[in-house]
Amino acid sequence: MNVISTHIGQPVSRIDGVAKVTGQAKYAAEPHPPGMLYGVVVNSPIARGRIETIHDAEARQIPGVIEIMTHLNRPHAALFEKSYMDGLGVPGAPYRPLHDGEIHFNGQPVAVVFAETFEAAREAAMLVRVDYERWPHNANFEVALHQKYMPSKTRSNYVPPKPRGDAAAAYALSAVKTEGRYHLAPEHHNPMEMHATTVIVEDDGTFTVWDKTQGPQAVQAYLASALSLSKDQVRVRNPYVGGAFGSGLRAVYNVFLATLAAKMLKRAVRVTLTRPQMFTHAFRPEAVMDIALGASRDGTLQSMIVKGVTDTSRFEHNMENIVIWGLINYRCPNATADYKVAPRDTYTSSDMRAPGAATGVNLLEMAIDEMAYACGMDPLAFRLHNYSDIDAMHDMPLTSKALRDAMAQGAQHFGWHDRSMIPGSMRDGRELVGWGMATGIWDAMFSPTSARARLGQDGRLHIATAASDIGTGTYTILAQTAAEAFGMPLDRIDIELGDSALPECPTEGGSWTAASAGAAVWLACHSLRTKLFAALARCKNAPSWARQDSVKLEGGALHGMNENAQDSLSLSDALSLTGQDVLEAEETAKPGLRGKISQMRKARFTHSAVFCEVRVDPELGTVRVTRLVNAVAAGRIMNPKTAASQIRGAMVMATGMALHEDSLMDERVGQFMNHNFAEYHIPAHADIPDMDVLFVNEHDDEVSPLGVKGVGEIGMCGTAAAIANAIFHATGRRERNLPITLGA
Amino acid sequence: MRSFSYSRPSALDEACQGAESVRFLAGGTNLIDLMKSDVERPAHVVDIKSLPMRDITDRPDGGLRLGALVTNADTAAHPLVTGRYPLLASAILAGASPQIRNMATNGGNLNQRTRCHYFYDPAMACNKRSPGTGCAARGGRNRIMAVLGTSDACIATFPSDMCIALAALNATVNLHGPQGERTVSVRDYHRLPGDTPWRDNVLQPGEIVTAIDLPPAPFGPHHTYLKIRDRQSFAFAIVSVAVGLQMEDGRIRRGSIALGGVGTKPWCVPEAEALLNGQPPSHSLFRDVAERLLHGAVADRDNAAKIRLAPRVIERALWQAAVGTPQSQTDKAIR
Ligand SMILES: Cc1cc2nc3c(=O)[nH]c(=O)nc-3n(C[C@H](O)[C@H](O)[C@H](O)COP(=O)(O)OP(=O)(O)OC[C@H]3O[C@@H](n4cnc5c(N)ncnc54)[C@H](O)[C@@H]3O)c2cc1C
Ligand code: SF4
Repeated sequence: MNVISTHIGQPVSRIDGVAKVTGQAKYAAEPHPPGMLYGVVVNSPIARGRIETIHDAEARQIPGVIEIMTHLNRPHAALFEKSYMDGLGVPGAPYRPLHDGEIHFNGQPVAVVFAETFEAAREAAMLVRVDYERWPHNANFEVALHQKYMPSKTRSNYVPPKPRGDAAAAYALSAVKTEGRYHLAPEHHNPMEMHATTVIVEDDGTFTVWDKTQGPQAVQAYLASALSLSKDQVRVRNPYVGGAFGSGLRAVYNVFLATLAAKMLKRAVRVTLTRPQMFTHAFRPEAVMDIALGASRDGTLQSMIVKGVTDTSRFEHNMENIVIWGLINYRCPNATADYKVAPRDTYTSSDMRAPGAATGVNLLEMAIDEMAYACGMDPLAFRLHNYSDIDAMHDMPLTSKALRDAMAQGAQHFGWHDRSMIPGSMRDGRELVGWGMATGIWDAMFSPTSARARLGQDGRLHIATAASDIGTGTYTILAQTAAEAFGMPLDRIDIELGDSALPECPTEGGSWTAASAGAAVWLACHSLRTKLFAALARCKNAPSWARQDSVKLEGGALHGMNENAQDSLSLSDALSLTGQDVLEAEETAKPGLRGKISQMRKARFTHSAVFCEVRVDPELGTVRVTRLVNAVAAGRIMNPKTAASQIRGAMVMATGMALHEDSLMDERVGQFMNHNFAEYHIPAHADIPDMDVLFVNEHDDEVSPLGVKGVGEIGMCGTAAAIANAIFHATGRRERNLPITLGA
Repeated sequence: MRSFSYSRPSALDEACQGAESVRFLAGGTNLIDLMKSDVERPAHVVDIKSLPMRDITDRPDGGLRLGALVTNADTAAHPLVTGRYPLLASAILAGASPQIRNMATNGGNLNQRTRCHYFYDPAMACNKRSPGTGCAARGGRNRIMAVLGTSDACIATFPSDMCIALAALNATVNLHGPQGERTVSVRDYHRLPGDTPWRDNVLQPGEIVTAIDLPPAPFGPHHTYLKIRDRQSFAFAIVSVAVGLQMEDGRIRRGSIALGGVGTKPWCVPEAEALLNGQPPSHSLFRDVAERLLHGAVADRDNAAKIRLAPRVIERALWQAAVGTPQSQTDKAIR
């Protein structure tokens, strides 16, 4: 699609910014319907077993308590596990909240107290006592590794590694070899906004469910299925989402419990999780990767053997693509990979920002750095030497890969060429200085998406799609897209998102929203333009210049051309002339408007090159990240301001992955112990240096209709490795476990 | 949080009626959190914010009196504190966040409770929270727990930064209670857990901290508060060291040192401090002092790193103080 840019590509500030900072933007826990009850969840402190008795008499004495819902008194919900399947497509038997007395994981809801005030509900929740029969459990990852397996039915987005050559033989013959076990601790998403649901019971008995989710239509489908309702009995809304990072990809238990209770009590209810409860559902799986690399003396990779395991629950088989990235991104004639999952008695691990790649790319890029050093080569030169211009695993061409440019521009900006090769050779006072780099790769996905464009009497353009803006800037870039496509000033465009009743849009995730929803809005706006022109052409009382082909829509008004260049017509007048109140068009964007064929034959990825400077006190082991540069090749950048924010945010998160974030499992009880912000450390301001984000030019007509690849996740991939590699360069010590904490 | 009754007296005696089930509410940054987590379950809360005790005043001996209700932020910014006790200002600024320091009071800081994960979770065995239930932290995820002064019953760290500086400064706590007034040295104020870990300190029911007295501190620039933590701000200490050295002709006339992050209370060892007296600064001296301070340290499952790390932090802090280049709390580079 040929886009001339007056709006697209501009650094527009968030159009929803004012609403957010003035409290106008409504989040899931903010509607306050009359008569609303507050629900507080009671969670299981044991990992495995069975509820024997629930003592709730004392709790029911608290004034204001209306009901305590447990598996014993809950209303009907679907019986079979398959009715609880959600959009994420994790194979296995999904957890069914309050289904029966069996405990599958620590933190599992066992009761929900509903009261007229939040305070009463919380006090009563503290008074609910539950007797359990305890069964043996295992929550230890090391033990779980002994039970690792390959699920017989794989997750829908699982990409099986495709071996090539003879990796074992080539490894044995390689002149230079490196081998190591790399480990990533489990992490929790920890968006600012807690998961919450407010359910309103409408007069006709239907439910309007305000939920913190990344997919209102997915939650609608889940609730309908799990609660045996029809889809038109449930409407799910999430116009604003205070971050999610993947924690809102699956329906979290609060939305099921709140809707179930609204059904039971026939009243509006709200269930909000606490920060500790945010550690009772989704988390990024713990992972190990055994990586063996072989190269010839000149630094040519000859063999790559990657084995990876991530954890899952005992009831579902969550899978991630952690082992494939090196096979795709490096030209190496012999390569093989193996992936398994390790079950433990916890809730199911889930997708967190750049699932699979955040783990797999970072750990692999640490191993690549080791190999570069083993070959005595500069890590950047080593990567260039083994650069692949194709998807080397599938032996497929790519729609684009400007990684070479990203490496060059990132290196230039950082000053990489002044680096000394020898670890521990750069100092500043007491501190050792280290420079490290890594590359990143992430899918450039596209999902079929619909959008509606509507022109009203007020002359405003109204855009609607069921996309979710989870804080990423979707409102803004869709407004820019509509402005560009329709020829409308930004301030006369209204964007409506986050409602299951709107045109179909897949769950926000995988960085596909910009490309997919953007394309749908583009098409809908074009189609609306065409409709308007056609209506005017049919319209007898319209000025003659406006009935011709030579009319243009610019700046929110119709203008004549050539000899009629002086003539113009406002959009509301134009609409009145057509005799219609509104004019509307809905379109669905599908992959590859330019023909599906190229989609099938080409692989599509986003790439990046990350450069990092750290300072390490060699006696105290303290690490300070003092510089980060990320050069990103992500196709067309719709809005450099919001896009750079996405990259920076991901770099902060990746700094946490490298140095701080560590969910500490106490295997004895199967619980993450540091379940609050005082003890689960995300980077503070003092941990984050100035970060420079560069977008390299990457023209790609094939990847998606607007040439957009998406930028929500690529910033995670490579950044943690660049930090770890810089620590090696500073100290000469290889830390293979992330996060690298004090005393490591 | 459970229901409780509430009062806000304006006279000291009215506040100090004394019962086990009463808690004083100052800034609330610790107490309210603990009540929300169902760890503290007071029947009655006495809000002390209307009491006097909100001034910082000169003492006849050249020292200072810090009112218990002065906020941590105001204390750290007070010209008399920054002028005479930069060590204390530095330690306060090393702790928590600006927002919390704006609420937190000096009395509350002294009486804040441990951050032990298991203490915070009512489903877990914890002798400090529920006497006699056991100690789930032992054998658990105890990277942040103490290595000094622990007992079979409890290994919880006393988490304050401010109190570590107060211990190095040999401050005195002023108490007012049903039995009248008394003073206790900060070094004796907190208790070792022994087999009664539920008593953090020597405060009796009904007793209130009214002020903290600081004796003159003749350290000049020879002091430092060096805090090592898991991120560069807004994290409790893994190891922290407060040092004040009285230097004379290149020798240490008298040294004062206290450790945070590693002990069940602010950790002071007079014999270790005595080693400094009359000596010129040297690596071997500082190593000996560190060794003496760490004497008897025991690790549990996850916290052995503290024992490895602490001597190095102690030595660095002693050098910073000896040379007269105290650690900055804004420039995070450790010199
Ligand atoms: C996220 C977080 C991070 C933190 N990080 C740090 C850190 O890095 N370093 C650090 O040192 N601290 C840190 N703190 C702790 C903080 O310093 C304390 O919470 C604060 O000092 C307590 O003061 P307050 O006035 O709010 O006490 P409150 O919460 O009001 O009271 C705390 C306790 O002291 C008792 N009390 C209060 N005043 C008196 C008095 N005058 N006499 C007798 N008893 C009294 C109360 O009854 C209660 O038991 C942190 C706190 C939080 C929440
Ligand atoms: S260390 Fe102390 S506070 Fe922590 S669980 Fe044990 S007894 Fe409780």
